Amino acid sequence: MAEVTGGLPASRLARVDVEGWLKRCLLLLASAWLAVVVILPLLQLLSKSLLDNQGNFVGLLNYAEYFSTPALRNSIGNSLYVSVATTIVSVLLGFGFAYALTRTNLPGKGVFRSIAMAPIFTPTLLNGIGLIYLFGRKGLITRGFFGAIPGVDIGLYGSTGIIISEVLFTFPQAMMILSVALRMTDARLYEASESLGASRIRTFFAVTLPGVKYGLISAVFVCFILAFTDFGAPQVVGGNYNILATDIYKQVIGQQNFVMGAVVSVVLLIPTALAFIVDRIAQRRQVALIQARSVPLVPKRDAVLDGAALGYCVFISLLILGFFATAVFASLVKVWPYTLDLGLWHYSFKGTGGGGYQALCNSIRMALYSAVFGTALTFGAAYLIEKSRGQNVLRQASYFLSLLPLALPGLVIGLAYIFFFNAPGWDVLGVRIPNPLNWMYGTMAILVLSNVVHFYSVSFLTATTALKQLDREFETVSESLGVPFYVTFFRVTVPVCLPAILEVAMYYFANSMATVSAVIFLYSADTPLASVAIANMDDAGDIAPACAMGVLVVLINVLVRMLYSLLTRGVKRRSQRWTIR
Amino acid sequence: MNRCKFLIVAMAAAIMLLVSTAAFAGEILVYTALEDDEIPIYLDIFKKSHPDIDVKIVRDSTGIVTAKLLAEKDNPQADVVWGTAATSLMLCDQAGMLEPYAPKYLAKVRPTMRDSNTPPRWVGIKAWMTGFVTNTIEAKRLGLPIPQSYADLIKPIYKGQIIMPNPASSGTGFLTVSAILQLMGEEKGWAYLDKLHENILRYTHSGSKPAKLAGAGEAAVGVSFGYRGFMQKQKGEPVVTTFPKEGSGWDVEANALIKKDHIKPDAKVFLDWAISPEVMAAYGKVYPVTAYPSGNPIPEGYPKDPQAQMIKNDFQWAAKNRMRILKEWTRRYDGKSDPK
Repeated sequence: MAEVTGGLPASRLARVDVEGWLKRCLLLLASAWLAVVVILPLLQLLSKSLLDNQGNFVGLLNYAEYFSTPALRNSIGNSLYVSVATTIVSVLLGFGFAYALTRTNLPGKGVFRSIAMAPIFTPTLLNGIGLIYLFGRKGLITRGFFGAIPGVDIGLYGSTGIIISEVLFTFPQAMMILSVALRMTDARLYEASESLGASRIRTFFAVTLPGVKYGLISAVFVCFILAFTDFGAPQVVGGNYNILATDIYKQVIGQQNFVMGAVVSVVLLIPTALAFIVDRIAQRRQVALIQARSVPLVPKRDAVLDGAALGYCVFISLLILGFFATAVFASLVKVWPYTLDLGLWHYSFKGTGGGGYQALCNSIRMALYSAVFGTALTFGAAYLIEKSRGQNVLRQASYFLSLLPLALPGLVIGLAYIFFFNAPGWDVLGVRIPNPLNWMYGTMAILVLSNVVHFYSVSFLTATTALKQLDREFETVSESLGVPFYVTFFRVTVPVCLPAILEVAMYYFANSMATVSAVIFLYSADTPLASVAIANMDDAGDIAPACAMGVLVVLINVLVRMLYSLLTRGVKRRSQRWTIR
Repeated sequence: MNRCKFLIVAMAAAIMLLVSTAAFAGEILVYTALEDDEIPIYLDIFKKSHPDIDVKIVRDSTGIVTAKLLAEKDNPQADVVWGTAATSLMLCDQAGMLEPYAPKYLAKVRPTMRDSNTPPRWVGIKAWMTGFVTNTIEAKRLGLPIPQSYADLIKPIYKGQIIMPNPASSGTGFLTVSAILQLMGEEKGWAYLDKLHENILRYTHSGSKPAKLAGAGEAAVGVSFGYRGFMQKQKGEPVVTTFPKEGSGWDVEANALIKKDHIKPDAKVFLDWAISPEVMAAYGKVYPVTAYPSGNPIPEGYPKDPQAQMIKNDFQWAAKNRMRILKEWTRRYDGKSDPK
């Protein structure tokens, strides 16, 4: 080595080499962690789909049965239809909102952003209950606010209901990814466009859209897959409209047919694999937008555009707020829709199960852990995958593994984790291997892990989108200056990406508070959770207390979010000073 | 380096914690599908007589408890299953997960309410049965009589007013369909279900949902189970619960001991208690049919002779034909998907 590079001082060479190895090891570690928490449980699932109910190997027989059952087969088309419709609506709405937040002089951006993010603070069941109270047969809108105005029946149950609730669920995610993408841009491009005499519309299509292409693709990808795999809302408002995710529920929970459940889960994975390929092809052309010489874009004052943005954001926010107002109202009403006395009696959680306030505290703890560990892991892994050179196969593999959890419905993660973590050991070729992770089962750790994995992909995409828009020049320069990569990471990358990092942490927190599907299989008697309590109370017919608990979950998420923006205002301003001209 | 050390220490601590909790004798883990509002009432009784035993409860709906139990098959966590559908426990038994155990007071239990093996793999505590929950305000508004029989449900007047659980997702749904097929015979039964399907507004994934939706006025009639309707009425909802005069489908909520390497003696203590007269009296306050007469009068609203209300349910037949029935049901009614 020394002979080849000749001129370089030996000490410098040694350091670069150590660094290279460190980076490689870390990347390997990141891939290994993903392999353990994603691939191994998935393998267990795949192998189940090839066995019969007695555990004998039957090859593809289950798949043959699946495709020869019309009721099951039809669900594929239904799933595709609702997901595509959801994606189109969500991405369009989300783009408009994100554009207003990042590229106009909209007043009260923080407020609008918080309102738009609110739907991911919400347990899906609360969404479902809210929808029924608005659009169901006795809904406020259906009956025109108790007869005050003419009512409209939109025929909630079925594809309409699923699409509405999925849009509600995916809109904030699209908005989040797109606003990260739109925030990162180079004002010089716009100056150039303007001085070349291009019209606003022309600039939009020639500069803005290509600039956020990657974000757009990610948003489409995320919305599609989320809508494709979610089962919480369809279960409540889907009526007789069968989709793949509810089929899994029917097979596993209704009939304890794990085998067919596994088959449907595998079918559910196919679109993700396809979407992944499309994503990869598109991404190859992505160029960094923030270069070392970049100049941040400051939106110009523009009465028409700002006014339109305000009108649009107010409209969307009112829709979302109206929805929450309904849920809050439902939690205060004595007997919906017949005895409309208001009071706080549903907030005592006496005589209802689920653990009440203790469960709420547990949920907060779990959400905090998930936010801390999840963010650190996600951002670290995204950095290693995005900013390392070489090891292309490893990086591609890790990238794919990072997106894979998105395709896994929580129900599947929950069951796969029981099979995997509860197993005392495995016999491989006659050798008994004890399970080193068995201790996690039934503890807080497995709940946190399942959340980190369940919400990994969107966080990963957000982090990657932010990282991608940072010029590689930062790494090259620091490398040539002999600054170790981890110094650059902590002094340049993390501060520049801080908004995205905090966004990811909030995303983890909010989702962990609200999620049911995976944790319902993994919680133990010592770790009751608020979201599970909601499901159980709803199941027991205590709809109002369930709504009350849901409202508390939303409140805590909103409080934490407010606290976070207060606390980080200073930090953010300092680290984002580079964006101020 | 430091982080590595920390991790090892943390893991060691976690393992020790786990081992120590496992070794703690006076603690048992109970999985149950009993209704959430019942559990505290019964547990208070247990705590009075057994203050030294710490009962940890994991409560979920029947489907989830069963799926959890079966998924944990290779390394069972629960010590005891309490108040979970006998049909679910039969599935666990087929998977070889249940330890035969004859609890104290077994001799009092009705033969229809326990596993026929000796010692039994599961022992029932009470039965739940199909009931119609009707919203009185909506029924009055729509001019509907309160349905009293299966025959009533297929009258054209109820078209689009009935919600029923999907038997492929819900145990209550299945026991109702199975009862109709057993009562009428398969051929007539399917013909009846064809007509019923014409009147159904929607099928749900949970057995208690139709009662709740009826209570909220989303439908006039919910095919559900008796207990739910009575509890909703207690909470102030305008509902009345009736039972089909042809007879109700039913299932038993039962207890079982989970087969493990170390079966805790306290688990058996709990199982003895769970069918003891003291708690049976509490079960009997809200359920008319208990493992043996509870000494309470029949709860208000139930038929005078609740035992006669229950059809002669052939569990073996139902278990054996379940997959076939569900397949046929799905082919006939579920494939039509969109309700438009």
